[in-house]
Amino acid sequence: MLFTRERQRRSFVYAALLAVAVLVLAACSSTGGKKAAEQATNVAAGKANTPHYTIAMITHASPGDTFWDIIRAGATAAAAKDNITLRYSNDDDPTKQAALIQDAVNAHVNGIAVTDPNPQALCPTIQKARAAGIPVVMFNAGVANWQQCGGMSYFGQDESIAGVAAGKRLAAAGAKHVLCVLQTQGQVQLEARCAGVKQGLGSEGTMTKLYVNGTDNASMLSSMAAKLTQDKTIDAVITLGAPVALVAIQSLSQAHSSAKLYTFDTNAEEISKIKSGAVQWAVDQQPYLQGYESVDSLWLYLTNGDVLGGGQTVLTGPSFIDSSNVAQVATYAERGTR
Amino acid sequence: MTQAAQPVAAPPPPALDERMGRRSGLARLFARPEAGAVAGAIVIYIFFFAVAPPFRYADSFSSVLYVTSTYGLMATPVALLMIGGEFDLSAGVAVTSSALTASLFSYEFTTNVWIGVLVALAEALLIGFLNGWIVVKTGIPSFLVTLGTFFMLQGLNIALTQTITNQVSSPDISTLQGYSSAQKVFSASFTIAGVNVRTSVLYWIAFFLIATWILLRTRVGNWIFSVGGSPASARAAGVPVARMKISLFMAVGLMGWFTGMHTLFLFDTIQAGQGIGNEFVYIIAAVVGGCLLTGGYGSAVGAAIGALIFGMVNQGIVYAGWNPDWFQFFVGLLLLGAILLNTFIRRRAEARI
Repeated sequence: MLFTRERQRRSFVYAALLAVAVLVLAACSSTGGKKAAEQATNVAAGKANTPHYTIAMITHASPGDTFWDIIRAGATAAAAKDNITLRYSNDDDPTKQAALIQDAVNAHVNGIAVTDPNPQALCPTIQKARAAGIPVVMFNAGVANWQQCGGMSYFGQDESIAGVAAGKRLAAAGAKHVLCVLQTQGQVQLEARCAGVKQGLGSEGTMTKLYVNGTDNASMLSSMAAKLTQDKTIDAVITLGAPVALVAIQSLSQAHSSAKLYTFDTNAEEISKIKSGAVQWAVDQQPYLQGYESVDSLWLYLTNGDVLGGGQTVLTGPSFIDSSNVAQVATYAERGTR
Repeated sequence: MTQAAQPVAAPPPPALDERMGRRSGLARLFARPEAGAVAGAIVIYIFFFAVAPPFRYADSFSSVLYVTSTYGLMATPVALLMIGGEFDLSAGVAVTSSALTASLFSYEFTTNVWIGVLVALAEALLIGFLNGWIVVKTGIPSFLVTLGTFFMLQGLNIALTQTITNQVSSPDISTLQGYSSAQKVFSASFTIAGVNVRTSVLYWIAFFLIATWILLRTRVGNWIFSVGGSPASARAAGVPVARMKISLFMAVGLMGWFTGMHTLFLFDTIQAGQGIGNEFVYIIAAVVGGCLLTGGYGSAVGAAIGALIFGMVNQGIVYAGWNPDWFQFFVGLLLLGAILLNTFIRRRAEARI
């Protein structure tokens, strides 16, 4: 009896394997997929014959946030052009990020590009890099303190300015009650955006905050839907990251809400949603530019002693992507550079 | 293969042992593992019904049930595994691994999405098998083994996605063939009496009922309890302990695959960092539902109710419109309250036996 059962099981396994094999052979998709994806034409500009350098880029990117793909793409493109080896590392925990900066100092890299979401934790280590004679440029986060930390230049968006610009535009669009959705609790740049939105709205409207669990789509979907059900006066939702905006589209339909959707930051999927009208507009801080300029300005400093910005922040945003310019941006977004 | 063991026949009852005495129906009800969780769920339901007006609508409750189902689908096999005496800390990220496997495979090779779905099933079962196999072969506590696989999967999710797609989220697969049929199977929704319900809720209910039947009515169920309660005596009684444990890990893999497919076909794309932290929600749901951390005791219905408590708290706080800064605190407070009530009721019930 045992023998037959074993044999039955074995023949079942064979049958299953056969079925899979047949399916694989018969089941190529004639629509979509990689075959249909356009061949990316990269931003490539030859290669410099300057001496070879190694540059470390250390960010506070959390795992799985598509925003940082674009920063990294920019940095990689500049490194390829400038004959530079790029060492990219990231950790969203400030103490661990500080350790990564220290690692770069110990490795005697030729330059460091770093984000600073938490000046108290990161400034001392960044200053050590300067003391060791390593040029440092800063980007994306830390706009308020980068000079004190010892950065040569700063490439990024002032999150308050961006928030205010978004708030003003929301007020102009007639928003009375804006829901500002934060995907992480306790990050200064996210809080600055919501505060800016509130300031930009002024007396035209009110702003309510909602924290969601950024690592769980189903939970984000339901939390936003719950908030929209709880407060029917919400007529505008602004998310602080592209992946959140994609989930928010479903929350709005689940809650039968007619609120309009806006967002900070972009990725390729989200740009297509601006095209289709599901998202009204996105605040774009041009992450590609931040990554590219950070590496390229270090190269200019190493090869020609140039410093960009004259001690002032070099703003890469905010700009807006809406129905008027989305068609142009979309072609860039599909290859991962916007 | 070990000889199939029939449950050992009970010896004839000795005359009038107090353990054989009849207990009242109510006492027996309260002595069930999930009794405390049921009471906790009722209290939390009434609480939010009172303080959060939107909570009272059927539509909102359907939304609560949806969140519950996304946790409950996983809490069910995790509870079985805990009854069997093991943990799986990789369960949360394994869900994302499955979704990424299906999505990346069918996109990169431009196949029908069903092929990706099957490949992901094989991947999920393999990971479950490996978890179980390492635990059984080495005798290292599953807490440590699956902590290792938790980090490994987390790294693989990010690294492979980045290598294959040059970004950290999977590409949009909604234009591939087979997408709409897969979506109908894994993440459809329907309207009943004006209320939109997602099918994942029905799957969740079906799966925990099946798990309950297995636990309480089948030989395999007896084996799970005995493997978790005392592996040595289970082995002595002829229970295939190693195979049982590996199967339980594979059951977690199977349901992780199912949950992953649900998420994938609901959102079309998956970010590689998703799912981290959910393993604890599954374990909390199982523990609130009466599973012991030491194994050998618990119930699948309990895990379902534990997930429901978590879902109600999660959504209820938002429906109540409380200060969002306090959200995490309230989640923790209400869960702790539910566990305390649970323990209190169980102690009372046990004292009465």
